[in-house]
Amino acid sequence: MQAVEVSHVVKSFTDKVAVNDLSFSVAQGELFGLIGPNGAGKTTTIRMMMDIIKPDSGEVTIFGEKLGEAIKNKLGYLPEERGLYKKLRVLESIIYLASLKGMDRHSAEEKANGLLNRTGMLDSQKKKIEELSKGMGQIIQFIVTIIHDPQLVILDEPFAGLDPVNTELLKGMVAELRNQGKAVILSTHQMNQVEELCDRILMVNNGRAVLYGDLAEIKSRYKGNSVFIDYEGELGEIPGVIERRTLKGYVELTLDDKTTPKEVLAYLVNHNVDINRFEAATPSLNEIFLKEAGKKS
Amino acid sequence: MNKTLLIFRHEFRHALKRKGFIIMTLIVPVLALLAIGTFQLVSAIIEPAEVETTTIGYVDEVGGFSQYTAQGHIELVRYDTPDEATKALINGDVSEYFIISPDYTSTGVIDHYTLEKQPETPAPTVDAIKRFLTSNLLAGKVPQDTVNLIEAPLNMVVTRLTATGEVATEQGGWGNVIVPGIFSFLLAFSVLFSASYMLSGLVGEKENRLIEVLLSSVSTRQLITGKVLGLGAAGLIQVAVWLVSFPLLLNLASSTFGGFFDAIQLPGNFIILGLVYFILGYLFFVVVSAGIGAISTNTQEGQQLLMTLTMPVFIPFWFGSFLFIFPNNPIWVVLSLFPVTAPVTTMLRLGVSDVPVWQVVVSIVVLALSIIGALLVVIRVFRIYLLMYGKRPSWGEIIRNLRSE
Repeated sequence: MQAVEVSHVVKSFTDKVAVNDLSFSVAQGELFGLIGPNGAGKTTTIRMMMDIIKPDSGEVTIFGEKLGEAIKNKLGYLPEERGLYKKLRVLESIIYLASLKGMDRHSAEEKANGLLNRTGMLDSQKKKIEELSKGMGQIIQFIVTIIHDPQLVILDEPFAGLDPVNTELLKGMVAELRNQGKAVILSTHQMNQVEELCDRILMVNNGRAVLYGDLAEIKSRYKGNSVFIDYEGELGEIPGVIERRTLKGYVELTLDDKTTPKEVLAYLVNHNVDINRFEAATPSLNEIFLKEAGKKS
Repeated sequence: MNKTLLIFRHEFRHALKRKGFIIMTLIVPVLALLAIGTFQLVSAIIEPAEVETTTIGYVDEVGGFSQYTAQGHIELVRYDTPDEATKALINGDVSEYFIISPDYTSTGVIDHYTLEKQPETPAPTVDAIKRFLTSNLLAGKVPQDTVNLIEAPLNMVVTRLTATGEVATEQGGWGNVIVPGIFSFLLAFSVLFSASYMLSGLVGEKENRLIEVLLSSVSTRQLITGKVLGLGAAGLIQVAVWLVSFPLLLNLASSTFGGFFDAIQLPGNFIILGLVYFILGYLFFVVVSAGIGAISTNTQEGQQLLMTLTMPVFIPFWFGSFLFIFPNNPIWVVLSLFPVTAPVTTMLRLGVSDVPVWQVVVSIVVLALSIIGALLVVIRVFRIYLLMYGKRPSWGEIIRNLRSE
């Protein structure tokens, strides 16, 4: 059974179609990246998954069911813009929001202290939320999202505004969730995080799916027919190379349709060129993102 | 635990801790105690001031007006001619004078001269002159007791009877109006403060997107119901404090001040009806403000909208004086039945006149149904507009969307 199944979902607001016939699924134990430029429809999609807004048409099921009260306890949601009760103390905030997810006070407190300890924030448990820095507030919100051991975790821009230390801490905790068999949806436009963490992705633009599937497979699909070489000595003429660009510290060779990188490597080895680095050029997700976002907008 | 109950408990606790709430709840007993305390303190320190005797001159051109020249704190001094009296006035020997002209007994006209610019001669002066004239006119003609009776103001003891001719338990009079008046005034303010608190809380949750976290855990119905009931319970605590303190304070006040406070009485059923109207009024406005919170993009905009919609709460006060003059005008019935004005109007009317039972019942039923109806509408509005940030929808848009949802 899929953790999330979104099929042909459409949502329009007065002036625009925010999500247009979007379908995708997220499996349990999968870290799924939901990416796209600002205003692409990511957050609207998430809100429909959370039953905060209803789709105009199409269907969303969570663990095979329509989202109801019982399932809400299995969800953890970190919205893009963070907010907690400013006047409430850290521990009280966590316990209250955990109780709304069906946890009893005692286990919520125990678990909250464990998580505060792990994130180095145990000293802050008596502080008011308004006394915390933005990054600390974000950690608290992350704790609120996962404290009730949700089976599906949706994180909207979880790393935005975090310092490198906390980013690493959170990344580790997110990867751990996946390893525990939970479905995690990571919505972001920070492509490097997605490349680092996600198994599969959905790229949306103007409310439609642009790319969907296995990350490695998508990247290989966008692989251009060129290689990067860092070498010593003379390259000379290489058969099958139609263009040569000298970049800082390395050279990019564009190959014709009939030539593969493997043939070029064999040629260079045979001609005794000292090679420090040889790499078939795969575009970064960022490049694919820019290409796709630029194409449609 | 039920999630509505969790939200209820959370909102209730936070409402009780709110500074505005604590001040509003304690202001009545504290201010009243302060007033009583200050009165006792001041009356213990200050000796009653001696009232100065005023001297008024008169010229008797009729003759025979020579007795009864001491009228309480006013002393009457006779002058032979108007010139002498004018001189005495200018010298400051008298504060004013009057002339009893020869035709007084036929015309009844008295000419009064003073240096002061007054809209009207002060009542004590008029009373003193009147008594002086009457006493002299009647002297020797009727017995003194009759003179005293003529001069005394009408002393009327009013007793209200029931339809069966028995003495009614609830008598009329100003004493009846005081408590309902204060209570309805407090009710109006308390309700508005709480509605405003509900609004700012909701808009705050909307602005910082906490609402999304809440709604990923609970339904809109649970959220709104929990919030409304939480604030409603806090309101109950507030009104309970007031209602309990009223009789105690009245006892204390009448033993301190006596007189007027002895006459104050609580209209029958006042405590029960006060409680009912307070709670219903409270719930009604809190629900309405939740709806306003749903469609407002920021607190300021929401407050303006709330002000516009809650202004009618004060209508009964604006026209309060008409209530005393025309207590049975049909407009009061309309205001008692209209949910926005019902609580304050009915409370005020209870003090002024009898409110027929059917009107109270209909008014409570209409108010209760309005709360349920408003709650249902608000839950839908909330769902539609909760996440529309930046622009407030027009009323037409809201109605269209409510139909299509």
